[in-house]
Amino acid sequence: MQNNNDTQWMLWEVFTQEKPGAPFEHAGSLRAPDKELALLNARDVYSRRNEAINIWVVPADAITASTPDDEGPFFDPSNDKAYRHPNFYKTPAGIKQI
Amino acid sequence: MQDTLSKEQAFEDKIARGQVIEPKDWMPERYRKQLIRMMSQHAHSEVVGMLPEGNWITRAPSLERKLVLLAKVQDEAGHGLYIYSATETLGADRKELIDQLLAGKAKYSSIFNYPTTNWADIGAIGWLVDGAAIVNQTALAKCSYGPYSRAMLRICKEENFHNKQGYQIMARMMRGTKQQQEMAQDAMNRWWWPALMMFGPSDKNSPNSEDLMRWKVKLYSNDDLRQRFIDRTVPQAEAIGLTIPDKELKWNDKTRHYEHGEINWEEFNAVISGNGPCNKQRMNQRIKAHEDGKWVRQAAEAYAAKHYN
Ligand SMILES: [Fe+2]
Ligand SMILES: [Fe+2]
Repeated sequence: MQNNNDTQWMLWEVFTQEKPGAPFEHAGSLRAPDKELALLNARDVYSRRNEAINIWVVPADAITASTPDDEGPFFDPSNDKAYRHPNFYKTPAGIKQI
Repeated sequence: MQDTLSKEQAFEDKIARGQVIEPKDWMPERYRKQLIRMMSQHAHSEVVGMLPEGNWITRAPSLERKLVLLAKVQDEAGHGLYIYSATETLGADRKELIDQLLAGKAKYSSIFNYPTTNWADIGAIGWLVDGAAIVNQTALAKCSYGPYSRAMLRICKEENFHNKQGYQIMARMMRGTKQQQEMAQDAMNRWWWPALMMFGPSDKNSPNSEDLMRWKVKLYSNDDLRQRFIDRTVPQAEAIGLTIPDKELKWNDKTRHYEHGEINWEEFNAVISGNGPCNKQRMNQRIKAHEDGKWVRQAAEAYAAKHYN
């Protein structure tokens, strides 16, 4: 082939579920030219020893992430809302369970 | 906006508190550069490391051994992928890293420039080379950079299989005929010293940069890790009747460590700088594999463009 444009394929992020009912967790990344091969590669790379029963692959550039610089202001709104936690509420004496 | 100085202070504090640094966190340029250098060399080593063993897949002495060796070599390809991916989170480009390797501008572990001359070498590699890698990688799993540390955890689990299958090959040969025992001992004699060299120059000649230690990019000195490897490996050798090819090796009851003879640093430097027994052959094989795979990469991409866009 004459084409000199070598390629490393696009970047995908892989999420795996370890067992039924468990949350999906980020397992790592890989390169693949399309979604079918991304899924096959994800199986071969991240589940060679039954580490997953389900896999999601997502093009890396489709992910929008918060940045550490927003760490303060971005997550601030939850700081002053203690009433969202059950331990904000005092239970009357004598009540054992609520 | 914080100035660089206070950012650097915040970064130092974070590491001192034992927190992990993630890709988007601010980090000093030297931290980023050092990690890219270390991690890309590590990824290259996984990839080049497939060659000496790949060499024996078609000649494995039984179907079972062939399956095991295939699985191990496949794991090493995975290790290369995990670490290239982790390196990319630092802003490095995988294509550039691979180009540097193929252009002979990047380093990889010098151990892979030694030849695998017979089946016993496959046992010695799994046992000694992967054994040394485990010691290194278990330490790196505690490093401060999240993606690298997570890749190391995943890798360490797989390395235990590599290590055990190698040791089992050696143990089997030591229970075999006299000729098989001699083969195993000969492989031991050839791989022991290069395995010790895997930990890099002695501390005397490689003063550990204070920054790298404080930043938890490096957690233990080269000599400390080497010592750990020797201490765990000598009893394994003795258990199956192999002799460590070091006349000065002895147990020190006071320090609770083995003492060992001087490593041949001239040989180490020669192999590192490209003059080991197989440097050229390995690079040529790597370049050929990359070139041969090119049309596959391009065809798959053309197919994807046609069917998915
Ligand atoms: Fe590996
Ligand atoms: Fe390995």
